[in-house]
Amino acid sequence: MNSIESINTNQYVLFKLDDESYGIEIEYVKTIEKITNITRVPNTKPYVKGVINLRGEVIPVIDLRERFGLPIRAYDNDTRVIIVSIKDFVIGLVVDSSSEVIHLNDNEVDNPPTIGETNTVEFVKGIGKKDGNLIMLLNLKKIL
Amino acid sequence: MDISQYLDIFIDESKEHLHNLNGSLLSLEKNPDDKELINEIFRVAHTLKGMSGTMGFTKIANLTHEMENLLDAIRNDRLAINTDIIDLLFKCFDTLEEYINIIAVEGEEGEQDNKELIIKLNSVLNNNEGCKSETSIKKEKADRVNNLSEYAINIVKKAQEKGLSAYTIDVTLKEDCMLKAARAFIVFNTLERYGEIIYSKPSVEDIEDEKFDLSFSITILSKIDENIILDELNKITDVEIIKIKKLDNMNSINNDKTLEGTNNIQNKDQIKTEKKSKKKNNKVGKTVRVDIDRLDNLMNLVSELIIIKTRMEEVGGRTENHNMNEAIEYLERITTSIHDAVMKVRMVPIDRVFNRFPRMVRDLSKELGKDIKLIMSGEETEVDRTVIDEIGDPLIHLIRNSIDHGIESPEERLEIGKKEFGSLYLRAYPDGNNVVIEVEDDGRGIDLEKVKRKAVDKKIITEEIAYNMSKEEIISLLFRAGFSTAEKISDISGRGVGLDVVKNKIESIGGNIEVETEKGKGTKFIIRIPLTLAIIQALLIKLKDEIYALPLSSIKEITTIKSQTIRKVQNHEVVLFRNKTLPIIRLDEVLGIEKFDEIDEREELITVIAKKGDKEAGLIVDKLIGQQEIVIKSLGKYLSGTRYIAGATILGDGSISLILDINSLF
Repeated sequence: MNSIESINTNQYVLFKLDDESYGIEIEYVKTIEKITNITRVPNTKPYVKGVINLRGEVIPVIDLRERFGLPIRAYDNDTRVIIVSIKDFVIGLVVDSSSEVIHLNDNEVDNPPTIGETNTVEFVKGIGKKDGNLIMLLNLKKIL
Repeated sequence: MDISQYLDIFIDESKEHLHNLNGSLLSLEKNPDDKELINEIFRVAHTLKGMSGTMGFTKIANLTHEMENLLDAIRNDRLAINTDIIDLLFKCFDTLEEYINIIAVEGEEGEQDNKELIIKLNSVLNNNEGCKSETSIKKEKADRVNNLSEYAINIVKKAQEKGLSAYTIDVTLKEDCMLKAARAFIVFNTLERYGEIIYSKPSVEDIEDEKFDLSFSITILSKIDENIILDELNKITDVEIIKIKKLDNMNSINNDKTLEGTNNIQNKDQIKTEKKSKKKNNKVGKTVRVDIDRLDNLMNLVSELIIIKTRMEEVGGRTENHNMNEAIEYLERITTSIHDAVMKVRMVPIDRVFNRFPRMVRDLSKELGKDIKLIMSGEETEVDRTVIDEIGDPLIHLIRNSIDHGIESPEERLEIGKKEFGSLYLRAYPDGNNVVIEVEDDGRGIDLEKVKRKAVDKKIITEEIAYNMSKEEIISLLFRAGFSTAEKISDISGRGVGLDVVKNKIESIGGNIEVETEKGKGTKFIIRIPLTLAIIQALLIKLKDEIYALPLSSIKEITTIKSQTIRKVQNHEVVLFRNKTLPIIRLDEVLGIEKFDEIDEREELITVIAKKGDKEAGLIVDKLIGQQEIVIKSLGKYLSGTRYIAGATILGDGSISLILDINSLF
């Protein structure tokens, strides 16, 4: 750290739902996988799509679109499952696509909007700004 | 010195020693005169002192040191053992256990003070031997030296009659020798090959603890020529001088003996103990402590192997290649053996759980003023490590129940013509793929009328239902949530969390619990748990395009029933099967599977008859796939507790199939 005022930098994994960009802190992300066979688990919440076999591990998968109340969209070649691990929970999040990891300094992150317009707001803990784009930084604990 | 790397070993070993200590204390209470037990307790305290001293845990070291003093006085007959002393020793044991537990969590001894205990230990020691002066003790010691000399002389005499010679060997180690105790140990080992060591100076214990300067002397009986022994000893590195002296006649022994100091007093005992502890050590030497995580990892890998084996069997079934099929068969045999081997590694004797009960029963019966004899059997029965961790709490609960509610007070027992002391049996035995644990008491039994009344009072059932209830049905009330028959809430049981918790716990590990009770005669709880939780035999079934696994252990038979024979009784579908009404469960409805478009008009329905205790139900399925060995995997914390689902398994093609929890279906 050369600068006198130390600025915290966090890395985020970026992904997209429709045209919106979202970010998850990289330390929660284990891997990003292509979508595979999902086995439905009965008697669970509708957004819980089921479980997948990730190299011998059984991992529950939730569809973020449904979790956020966005319209359902068929899975395609870009669809990814982001495997996140928070506390003892390991879980897969189905997203439309995911490609990059970005660095955000603390001063590039704003507080989330206080007035809720969409369902997503409660899951957002901050808004990142990078190259003129807005990135919604997700509060994973709220999602689970 | 960095001791943290030894911390785990220290904790493990301390726990083992404490476990032994607990056992010895309990037996000592029954046989206060058994010197061997006192010696055993002394040894444990001594070992703990040494270990904790090395690790820098001074509080443990101090306490065990004081314990040693007390025990030493007992074993030298300076102090008579009584219940106060035993209670005090139990308290010491509790404190030590607490310290070890704190260390296990925090890595430090913690703040807890043991001064009071030490003062008590000292006061017991002083009160009882205050009258004996220093000199009298010394005299006593001197007496024993003479005794020992005679003992040694006798041995040597007998040995010489048999043509053995006695040698006294003085060994001096080099000044720069690094591991004196280790060298001495090698010397001892070498000599043991040639004869019997009858005593040493300093004592073996002191030598092991490096409590000697550079030289020590050993007396040995042997038929080998002294020069051979000399040669052999010279081969040991770091040995500077060796002097061998043959003891030819009794006089010289006598002389020698008088020259020996008081250090040889417990020669005979010591050598005896030494041999014993060596035997134990040998046993320990052949085992390896393994982190349970590593075992789990190994288990997972074996599971993967079994999955891939199943997959290959599928492929093999389709090819005509003879060699291929042979290879697969061989693979199957090997995987089965590996699986068995790994399972065995994970098996631990149920004694791990049982060993805490004697103490618990002792304390509880003292507290309640009841006289209770605990009779345990089958402690050596082995169960999977994961089961061990789960079974402890339910058993504690049942035992407490028996002691608190079941067994009557001594007066009451005498009055109704029973033996004064109540008996509590704790049995374990293997039964096929299960292990059965029984908790039985000869107390007053469960008052079924009282249970019924209570259930009506608590509005769990109506008066009407209660009137028509069978014995089994009443007993099943006991396991309902929030049901407790204790009249008054005591410290021991009756907090409202009752048998339902026990039942849930046992069912969560795939077991079941039954009760047999007779008023006035006693109660018996029978717990049946699977030997292992990881791999089970299952029946795979298909519902539309989803595959589910049903544990074979809860399947009674498979049959077909005609759809028109199904009747509706109070909105529940039942069928008359072998003259019994069998409730029908349509799995596709329970599991929310959409039906085929056309109305289900199949004449014959494939029905899996599942059992749960005495109850049975017919599960309607679309298709049977077959029986298979499956590896149980958890659904993960996020989905744990999902209704009707007990877990998941990975099929040969890599897809996941869910395991149905039959217990929750009906």
